[in-house]
Amino acid sequence: MSNSTSSKILRMNPRIFIVWIFMISISMIFVSLISAYIVKKGEPGGFNVDLPSMFYYSTAVVLLSSVFKQLSYFASKKDNFKNLKLYLFMSLVTGIVFLVTQYLGWVQLVGGGVYFVGHPDGSFIYILSGIHAFHLISGLFFILYVYKKSVELDVHSKNLIYIEMSTTYWHFLAGLWVYLFITLYFYNI
Amino acid sequence: MGVTKTIKNKPKTKVEEHHHDHHEESFITKYIFSEDHKVIAKQFLITGIFWAIIGGAMSSLFRIQLGFPDMDLTALSPIIGNWLTPQGKIDPEVYLALITMHGTIMVFFVLTAGLSGTFSNYLIPLQIGARDMASGFLNMLSYWFFFLSSIVMFISIFVEGGPASGGWTIYPPLSALPQAVSGSGMGMTLWLFSMSLFIVSALLGALNYITTVINLRTEGMTFFRMPLTIWAFLVTAILGVLSFPVLLSAALLLIMDRSFGTSFYLSDIYIAGEALSNQGGSAILFQHLFWFLGHPEVYIVILPSLGITSEIIATCSRKPIFGYRAMVYSIFGIGVLSFVVWAHHMFISGMNPFLGSVFTILTLIIAVPSAIKAFNYIATLWRGNIIFTPAMLFSIGLVSFFISGGLTGLFLGNSVVDINLHDTYFVVAHFHIVMGSASFFGLFAGVYHWFPKMFGRMMNSTMGYIHFWITFIGAYLVFFPLHYIGIAGFPRRYYSFTNFETGRIESFIDLNTFVSFAAILTFAAQFIFLFNFFYSMYRGRKASANPWKSNTLEWTTPREPGHGNWPGKIPSVSRWPYDYSKPGAKDDYIPQHIPLSSTKESNMPEDEHR
Repeated sequence: MSNSTSSKILRMNPRIFIVWIFMISISMIFVSLISAYIVKKGEPGGFNVDLPSMFYYSTAVVLLSSVFKQLSYFASKKDNFKNLKLYLFMSLVTGIVFLVTQYLGWVQLVGGGVYFVGHPDGSFIYILSGIHAFHLISGLFFILYVYKKSVELDVHSKNLIYIEMSTTYWHFLAGLWVYLFITLYFYNI
Repeated sequence: MGVTKTIKNKPKTKVEEHHHDHHEESFITKYIFSEDHKVIAKQFLITGIFWAIIGGAMSSLFRIQLGFPDMDLTALSPIIGNWLTPQGKIDPEVYLALITMHGTIMVFFVLTAGLSGTFSNYLIPLQIGARDMASGFLNMLSYWFFFLSSIVMFISIFVEGGPASGGWTIYPPLSALPQAVSGSGMGMTLWLFSMSLFIVSALLGALNYITTVINLRTEGMTFFRMPLTIWAFLVTAILGVLSFPVLLSAALLLIMDRSFGTSFYLSDIYIAGEALSNQGGSAILFQHLFWFLGHPEVYIVILPSLGITSEIIATCSRKPIFGYRAMVYSIFGIGVLSFVVWAHHMFISGMNPFLGSVFTILTLIIAVPSAIKAFNYIATLWRGNIIFTPAMLFSIGLVSFFISGGLTGLFLGNSVVDINLHDTYFVVAHFHIVMGSASFFGLFAGVYHWFPKMFGRMMNSTMGYIHFWITFIGAYLVFFPLHYIGIAGFPRRYYSFTNFETGRIESFIDLNTFVSFAAILTFAAQFIFLFNFFYSMYRGRKASANPWKSNTLEWTTPREPGHGNWPGKIPSVSRWPYDYSKPGAKDDYIPQHIPLSSTKESNMPEDEHR
């Protein structure tokens, strides 16, 4: 049926493609909230928040988690199942530690008199970090799923799709937090 | 290549499996929790029809109030019960609830889910030559999120206090404070919950549409060989992915304000002399977030219809679509521009007049791609060998609405003129013609055109003609007079105009009565379509494989395509989809899968590059 004029169609793995579009739509949530936040900060009557010190630690933790996730990806490529499971486990643990530090950050905010219910300048910090945490939890479940797969020896150099998807998503979530943190930092000095 | 190959082959083996174990595919997996895009499309269509009946019935009810303000509706009390005042009139708060639900239902549940959900699902895999969507599971989830969202919205109609009644745009503080109107209590909570589910559904659908179009095209189906329907669905899905998350954030902040006491949208509010504690929020923020979705949303509604009619007009004019590339670029142009015009809905919100001018200019630029499309439709029809099938009539009807409704957009898009026209019936007339009626006509055209593929039978065309003429004339009779009513200064969403006693307002009562009469008649005519639809599903004439002599791939499938769409190999594509009435060709159409080598007599030099 094919002839000289029919050309090959460029294809990417559809499931990885879905992850990318999914990340774009998540970004749109944060883009809209951040722009609302920036406009709000430009209005008179607001106040600057001393960002909790815990947010600095959590930023380091989430980056560390990203590194572990990348290492697990390298391990899966080399079929090193011991390291694969180890690094997946470490990224899970650091992910949970991140959530804990975020929670402690909220505790510090409350201690500093910045409440969720009150002026939007304060509420936005909770909303932004809260929605991010919600997505991070979804990422944790994804890693848990990949961990289960790797225990079943279903993640290896010939089947990288799951680990590739979860690694991309996990890096995205880490990068998203760094972006949120920097934005919050610069709009509160 | 390797991965797609396994995906391609999978459904085929599944079909073979089914021959062996029939118990595998029960009624539930086949018709209810189906992952087949064709079944999911039909589920969207049926649910959309259900909502269209409810939304239409609601409009008839509030048109009765507007056209016949003194009518005693006690006779209807078995159906609408406690929605009536003791005098037998529609309760004023119920009226507000009715217009809110009519807008929500029509925009989101019928013309987004019912239109995109049906035709993107049905046509994308069939027209690009794929076995199914990229992820059948996500596709199924998309429908079931929509179904859940429908259930919640349906329940909200019957809760204590009534459904949401702050208008479909749910502007705070009206929607944020239960003290404002009784519908802002439980009804609004359910509205927000339902819409959150709806957004999830729309996103899951859009993810699939984009991925499928980009990754699963058959061999030879280059981007510029895709039918215009697919281009329209693709851009619609991109708009959805970029704009629905913004509505989600808007809704989320509203939920926080309503249920957790935050002040994102609230500030300086006094109720009965008492100040609320909320400080620092901004109601305008909601308008920005809402319209950042809201404006792309109107293109999410109209673009699939424009795609559907492009296909039908070319097929039924027996001519290549005029300016195929221009059509593609204008779809993209409309898509891009739709993101930078949202503030034209907010000209009178106190924005900087300079900003108003910027948005005016950006808005008026949309006239360029829109006019290109309208011109190309007419140029395609020009001296075509037109076959007036019901689908073709509805497509031409769409072109008519798109032009006459688009013209009034020029006035409304102008920040100066809009000061007068804002929130009057002129706006109602404008968007009901250009996006309401036009999209509905695209939906009807699509159903009439692809019914033979969906159900293997033909719809009755006589009933189709009757349906078309009543609807077409009816829609103009309903919406055209609204322009005059709007210019005369009637604000939209008002319950009654009889209490002003200015003398001027009363003189339009007759026109309102006329509009209501036409509206109810037009609504009634839709039951002809409904009867035709369900009757033809079982009793219609059996369709031939390619009843419209069309070029696109869906007509190369068996009369009732099974799971996997093509029983054998997926056809590869070697030409664009608009080879109609090609000089020298034996027939007046050459389907896309016919190789150039077998049509030597009609090949043109440019075919090599198409």
